[in-house]
Amino acid sequence: MLDSDPLCNVLYVDLTRKRFRVEHRQDLFDSQMGGAGVATQLLAQECPQGCDPLGPENPIVLAVGPLTGLFPLASKTVAMFKSPHTGNLGESHCGGRSAVSIRMAGYGAIVITGRSELPIYLAVHGGEVHFRDASTLWGMSSSLTVGRIIREREPGSGLRTIMRIGKAGERMVTYSCVSVETYRHFGRLGLGAVFGSKNLKAIVVSGKRSLPVTSNRTYRRIYRDIHEAATTSPAMKKYHDLGTPQNVLPLNKLGALPTRNLREARFEAAGEISGEAYAERYLGRRLACSHCPVACIHIAALREPHETEPYFYKTSMISYDYEPIYAMGPMLGVGDPEGLLRLLDRAEVLGLDLMSTGPVLAWATEALEKGLVSDRETDGLNLQWGDWKTYLEATRRIVEQPNDFYAALARGVDYASSKYGGEDFALAFGGNEMPGYHTGPAAHVGCLMGARHSHLDNAGYSVDQKVLVERELSPEELANALIKEESWRQILSSLVICFFAREIYDRDTVLACLKSVGYDLDEEKLLETGLAIHREKFRFKKREGFSLDGLRIPGRILETKSPVSNLTEEYIRATLDHVGRVLA
Amino acid sequence: MKRLSVLDAERCVGCQCCMFACSRRANSPGLAESCIGVRSNGGMERGFVVVVCRVCENPPCVRACPTDALVRTEKSGIRLDEAKCIGCGSCAEACVVGAVYWDSEINKPMICIHCGFCVDFCPHGVLGLKERRGLSHAG
Ligand code: SF4
Ligand code: SF4
Repeated sequence: MLDSDPLCNVLYVDLTRKRFRVEHRQDLFDSQMGGAGVATQLLAQECPQGCDPLGPENPIVLAVGPLTGLFPLASKTVAMFKSPHTGNLGESHCGGRSAVSIRMAGYGAIVITGRSELPIYLAVHGGEVHFRDASTLWGMSSSLTVGRIIREREPGSGLRTIMRIGKAGERMVTYSCVSVETYRHFGRLGLGAVFGSKNLKAIVVSGKRSLPVTSNRTYRRIYRDIHEAATTSPAMKKYHDLGTPQNVLPLNKLGALPTRNLREARFEAAGEISGEAYAERYLGRRLACSHCPVACIHIAALREPHETEPYFYKTSMISYDYEPIYAMGPMLGVGDPEGLLRLLDRAEVLGLDLMSTGPVLAWATEALEKGLVSDRETDGLNLQWGDWKTYLEATRRIVEQPNDFYAALARGVDYASSKYGGEDFALAFGGNEMPGYHTGPAAHVGCLMGARHSHLDNAGYSVDQKVLVERELSPEELANALIKEESWRQILSSLVICFFAREIYDRDTVLACLKSVGYDLDEEKLLETGLAIHREKFRFKKREGFSLDGLRIPGRILETKSPVSNLTEEYIRATLDHVGRVLA
Repeated sequence: MKRLSVLDAERCVGCQCCMFACSRRANSPGLAESCIGVRSNGGMERGFVVVVCRVCENPPCVRACPTDALVRTEKSGIRLDEAKCIGCGSCAEACVVGAVYWDSEINKPMICIHCGFCVDFCPHGVLGLKERRGLSHAG
């Protein structure tokens, strides 16, 4: 990296003592670049072995990369922490204005440790760090209100990010998320609960600055090429037009859309809740993360009549994406597009991760149906496929936790099924609920070897669709294919490039960008670094007790037909064996 | 003159590519030297406000400057004579839309020069260079 680049500044904040300091870690950013690479190192350094994920010593690491603020689509912040959901590596990526704001404030990473006595929020404006009293914000029923209040109180409008938790985070639901700019999230694995455990309600970061490059001319030329590619590529246009829900219909057609707790893989009402249907009937606005010309964020406008008062309406703006649609729609048999939007809105208000909430409620529905639990446990709620009104209430109770059953649901499907049975249809991999891709074994192996947190962990879902539907791969070949792609994705996530732009940021483009900011690398070195980062993560996971051998493979994924026929436990385990050997 | 105009703010997605472009134009990668600003209209769901100099017919910023460092030109809008500027900030205060940005490194105002560089980088047709004649309160 360039010596004058503020990227090497790491801001350390201690919430217990209300102190902060900045350290220059050029060595770290030189070797690991940023994002996932840097965050992995900082986590390993700061997180004591075996620590309680909800204890004060668990660090929250936020990292951005050298291309952030300079090139389009290098727009993600990587969060790392020990996950209260799995008890192991927690990694989550989020866009919005988060990455650009951290970079513009003059930091490459922020590390937060300790626990505040009093609820607080953190305000970082460039070099200033303030600890602000958040007692009034604590316990507020809507995370949207919290965002509005902070927006009005803090400076930096247009140049800032506001990350905050809802009630789910306060009550430490192990899959609560952190919402950013209202519609983006650090989802999965419970960063919200880690905030909650620290009495940390929100973080505001703002700043404005210039960044060094080796040559302005070259920089401007590379920039123009990337911008051109991003605004003319058909793939990007699709993300803009329909957003990620463009996937609903193709996956349904393929028979890969998990439906009613994956008892089926096609949903009869897919046409009602598809990207096309929402765009035509509800789309109210599109948004972009900072420095992203694509604008894939889709917001629906839902106009609802007041329950008692005539001619009185409420209009809610609700963001929708493929994964939330899958999790609260098909997975729960909900095909009513408005009911589904209300479920998404409820989770947004509470600050729950939808991708976990859906499979949790799906398991509960089936457990009730099978008599593993009764209405005594559900506290009178008769959970039934498609009944979104009851799911709306159940979602609230997961956060309120009125009895042991809901408290168990608040810890995820692995935990709930270990208490009440029904492991076979408890759809989680390594403790994390499944994403919406029943494309075949590669997708599931990808989640089991889980280098991150979602289907984008690896190329699994695309190996299924592009390779395995056509021809068989040996377990070894599959493992190698997944790890190879994963090495590259470690690079992208260390440069915090949005994975949707991975076709635009090919090897040559990435090398050219890196060169313009003072990294002289070649392709081989880059891939080596990627694999090394992957191995480092694996090392951390093993340190915290992870083992590929002990992983539970839910029977349901083997029973329900996927587009790839060779979906057996032996094949999955053999592939995992090989993964373990390569990563060790 | 051709003036940078906000053609349709409703189409703005808040990507801020225009802001990055403007700063790049000034050979200052990042956001420090942007003369255009995009912020949400009180929450992103309400859309965005794009703030840039309108080259008023009788510009308050020019009138407010105690040293006559600002002049309104027909070619490139409001121009600053850096040597005259004492960095008092009166111009920024006088602009009711907030289109006088501040370069805190040299403590002087930055105002759009209507070069159109950002137009090419707005992917959603929000910005354009438009011929500008006549009344100050139009468009
Ligand atoms: S027209 Fe030129 S000076 Fe004005 S905002 Fe656009 S790039 Fe900046
Ligand atoms: S580039 Fe266009 S769409 Fe993006 S923020 Fe600027 S005006 Fe809005």
